[in-house]
Amino acid sequence: MDASVSVSGAIAAFRRDRWREMALAGLLVAAAATIPLFVHDVYTMNVLILTLLYAALSQSWNILSGYCGQISLGHALYFGLGAYTTSILYVHFGVLPWFGLAIGGALAALVALALGAMCFRLAGHYFTIATIVIAEIGLTLIHNWDYAGAAMGIQWPFGPDSWASLQFARDKTPYFHFVLGLFAVTWLVTWVIEESRWGYWWRAVKDNAPAAESLGVTIFSSKMMAAAISAFFTAVGGGFYAAFLSYIDPDSVMSFRLSLLMALPAVIGGIGTLWGPVIGAAVLIPITELTRSFIGGTGAGTDLIVYGGLIMVIALARPEGLLSLLPSRSRESRT
Amino acid sequence: MTEAALLTCHDVTRVFDGLVANKDISIEIHQGEIVGLIGPNGAGKSTLFNLIAGSFPVTSGCIMFGGRDITGLPAAARCHAGIARTFQVPRSFDSMSVLENVIVGALVHYPRSRAARVKALEVLDYAGLSGRTAHPAGDLTPPERRRLEIARAIATEPRLLLLDEVLTGLTPSESREGVDLVRRIRESGITVVMVEHVMEVVMPLVDRAIVLNLGEVLAEGSPAEIVRDPAVIGAYLGTRNHAA
Repeated sequence: MDASVSVSGAIAAFRRDRWREMALAGLLVAAAATIPLFVHDVYTMNVLILTLLYAALSQSWNILSGYCGQISLGHALYFGLGAYTTSILYVHFGVLPWFGLAIGGALAALVALALGAMCFRLAGHYFTIATIVIAEIGLTLIHNWDYAGAAMGIQWPFGPDSWASLQFARDKTPYFHFVLGLFAVTWLVTWVIEESRWGYWWRAVKDNAPAAESLGVTIFSSKMMAAAISAFFTAVGGGFYAAFLSYIDPDSVMSFRLSLLMALPAVIGGIGTLWGPVIGAAVLIPITELTRSFIGGTGAGTDLIVYGGLIMVIALARPEGLLSLLPSRSRESRT
Repeated sequence: MTEAALLTCHDVTRVFDGLVANKDISIEIHQGEIVGLIGPNGAGKSTLFNLIAGSFPVTSGCIMFGGRDITGLPAAARCHAGIARTFQVPRSFDSMSVLENVIVGALVHYPRSRAARVKALEVLDYAGLSGRTAHPAGDLTPPERRRLEIARAIATEPRLLLLDEVLTGLTPSESREGVDLVRRIRESGITVVMVEHVMEVVMPLVDRAIVLNLGEVLAEGSPAEIVRDPAVIGAYLGTRNHAA
């Protein structure tokens, strides 16, 4: 009797905490939605849009790499797939970007499943190296694909501002709301998955695959599911980015730097956590953009200095996020 | 015992790179028993466990469980079939709380996480860990980790539970609590096979003991018979006239 009372009490408390978290997120998103009322500066608006985009991308990356523990440094491939699918469908076939986003996402999920079938036999660092190499192959292919504009990329045609074609030349506010919505969806998906069977399975696979298997978890299908969901939302982010810039080229949507920028917010904020990616993005992206504009030049070098410095600061001050990247724990438990 | 066995190993052999770890092992485990699998280090106890749990395949032979051939099933499918296990070196999910660890096990029969959470809380209470549910699994003491492994395995609602050295290295009082937990598990209807190499811990607990030596079944019988068996004494202590 006592036990069942304490069980139902624990369940009620847990549900209360979960819905509080949801209410907090709802309030934050609603508050963020009013930002364009106060911020009119185009540059600041751009930084805010990029921050939310990388929060959404990192949230997607976190599903495969944070929760399921399969560290990918090749997510630029899915980002690029989304950007190119959306652009090609719109520019060559007149398909509205809304469909392009969905088709690009589905295509990326399929590619993730095909690559997962090959790569999920690899463990730890070997998997990560494979993701880097595959994304580089994708980049090289796009560079040499004339139909997709090769190295020149794809320019979206000029047109009137419209929600149908996601083209807004003057006021960036619609992009802000779109990307805020995208972030909210990735957060919500993570929130739901965290408390689902897949969410528990992924974390079990990350922590200790043999133990997970002994508890009925099928490792391979768990990884495949995480990869597909992760790739889908990454590609949607890529499609949005293409619409936002109205111009893409291979290096701006499929370079290694993008893979890094998707991983770093989660790593800095707390890998495998619900709030880590958005906190990390809120720190990393404004700093990156500010140094880029103040120091000037190409900015390529200063970016790396900033990332390196941030990682060192986080590693010293708040190492949990970074430590979970290291395989020391799994190595111990394997012996 | 005349009823059909719950688990049957028939001529099970496992070879690692030319080393024969298990050779033609044929054993039967019956519903409701506590069976001790004992033998000196390197006798092949853990290998046999891993073969039954499906951690790696047999080289030859077959394994039947509940009247069904499970020889070809992978570990996850064997868990769904009703075989649960613990690991000799505890393998907790250290980034997760104690409760979340057990939820993973409970999800086998309760796919909705809320029902799994209820089941996990009940199992943790049963295993004496209800005060630790919110702690990270990595913070547990070694005996608590063993309990967590058992709780996680029980949460899968197995018919057969394989315990790998869960009583080894405990203080006398921890060991008594462990023995008590194993008895309660059996009373709840779960058949238990336990590997131990410390004889005095298992002998009072088990109904039957199977002794392995050098990868083969050396002796099988009640604890009282086993401790008097000259072959078993020889395997543990060495035979008097065997010049080493």
